Amino acid sequence: MEDLTSAPIPSLGPEDHVRGEGEVAVIVYADLGCPHCAAEWRRINQRNGRIAFRHFPIASKHPRAPALHAAAEAAGRQGRFFEMVDSLYADRGRVDDPHLWERIEELGLDLERFEADRRAPETQARIRRDFESGIRAGVSGTPALFDESGRKLSSASASRSRP
Amino acid sequence: MIAVGEQAPDFTLRDEDGEEVSLSDYRGRKVMLVFYPADFSPVCSDQLSLYQEVKPQIAEKGVELVGISVDGGYAHKAFQEKLGIDTTLLSDFEPKGEVARAYGSYLDGVGIANRTLVLVDEDGKVAWTYESPNPGEFPGANVIFDALAE
Repeated sequence: MEDLTSAPIPSLGPEDHVRGEGEVAVIVYADLGCPHCAAEWRRINQRNGRIAFRHFPIASKHPRAPALHAAAEAAGRQGRFFEMVDSLYADRGRVDDPHLWERIEELGLDLERFEADRRAPETQARIRRDFESGIRAGVSGTPALFDESGRKLSSASASRSRP
Repeated sequence: MIAVGEQAPDFTLRDEDGEEVSLSDYRGRKVMLVFYPADFSPVCSDQLSLYQEVKPQIAEKGVELVGISVDGGYAHKAFQEKLGIDTTLLSDFEPKGEVARAYGSYLDGVGIANRTLVLVDEDGKVAWTYESPNPGEFPGANVIFDALAE
């Protein structure tokens, strides 16, 4: 297993999911089952510049999260990662498998390929790589926002005030 | 806060199933005691959920993770089930906070353990400690792995 001692977030690389143009506005570690992430996602997408999404599912808090991250990753293999992420955050009440299949149909994607991709070991490995990079950077809750230099940014929805 | 190098005070507390668990049961293994304020509180939930995600990697380092709060066993059981975690949770319930006090982790006046981590080595000695600046913050999992790498 990977070493999980402290390390800055990795620089953006070719396997990162990035949307937008220009300077990097934010690198976000997010959980697709997290209501705080859903609330923040709209605000994040209003920023100018490039936005990078990194997977940070916390299965024990959001049991459906691993499946949703796998679905997003699989949709990404057919070129529609951010469309799937947008859809999952916009409609958090419809995230069972039939709802995912409906989304794939709406996006005009190959369902059989989607099903194979979301269950593939390399999909799980890809998600885990992001997660572990977040762990090493000290991500302890979602959403966790960083700038391109690795500096942590504040998020209106991320923190809790009571222990 | 208990100091590194001190002998970790032994204790016997009940876990989420009502079974007695003593620190000395772990002699010969490393154990990370995770003192936390309260079951079901937001930050405690986040903390234990996060650690659950890397528990296999912690176990690979030969370390057992054990949570301790002043909550009773029934609350611990429900908390475990709600979070979907399998970390042993011990009740520092009666006398309230006695074990947390022994480790310098009890917040008098508030009536809860502070958010602290104590790594006890195979010989029962305190190998490393961490105390959160306030109960509202918890150490990321990377802090645990940094300690285990020392």
